[in-house]
Amino acid sequence: MIRHQEDIIIQTICRMLIPFMQVYGLYVLAHGHGSPGGGFQGGCIFAASFILMPIAYDLDKAKRRFTERRTILFCSLGVFIYAGVGWLCLLLGGNFLDYGKLSAILPVGPVMARYYGIAVIETGVQITVMAVMVSIFINLITSGRHEEEMRNTHD
Amino acid sequence: MKKFLGVAIAIAALMVLLQGVEDLPPWGDPNQPASLHVSPRYIEKSLTETGVPNMVTAVLADYRGYDTLFETAVIFTAGVAVLMILRRSAP
Repeated sequence: MIRHQEDIIIQTICRMLIPFMQVYGLYVLAHGHGSPGGGFQGGCIFAASFILMPIAYDLDKAKRRFTERRTILFCSLGVFIYAGVGWLCLLLGGNFLDYGKLSAILPVGPVMARYYGIAVIETGVQITVMAVMVSIFINLITSGRHEEEMRNTHD
Repeated sequence: MKKFLGVAIAIAALMVLLQGVEDLPPWGDPNQPASLHVSPRYIEKSLTETGVPNMVTAVLADYRGYDTLFETAVIFTAGVAVLMILRRSAP
């Protein structure tokens, strides 16, 4: 368990670092099309920024942002987006995950519809990876007691 | 006796698997079927078919979309499993 400890250097550095890490995570996701990257890697970088916050700051403060409800919701939301795109292609008359059929609802041709379909499913992957990482971290660090106030046990 | 039987079954299974390895093409052989049919297809057509400049992404998310979908499902399952093992309700 993390003890609540004020450290001005760590907190300031993290406050400056976390936005850049999040932007970099989104960059890795968005540039998965043109360079090495994608949902798995971007999700890990994104989750690292969220894990840095409880390490540098207060666990209670971080847990208020990442309630158990919310992390589990995001865990399933990513898989839902991915499978939902697959089902959408099925409804539009193609095979499962046949993104070319998305051109019926997107204002682009079949080839670019594949491009954007891949972007959407990578976003789903990123959401799931990020939420699972954060969920595992919070459950490990609170020994499974998610919603209790941890500070009371230490003071 | 039971342990000996297990080891014997394992060795027999290993022999069967090694028999199968015999028939695989040599490592890195440019004339193996995977190099002759699958790879050139992806290299030549992935950009025109998917519009994605990164071939790895095209294979990962489009041609092998099922694989990635269930990889994501595996990660989701891992998260839920960790939750089931670690989670304790408040006393």
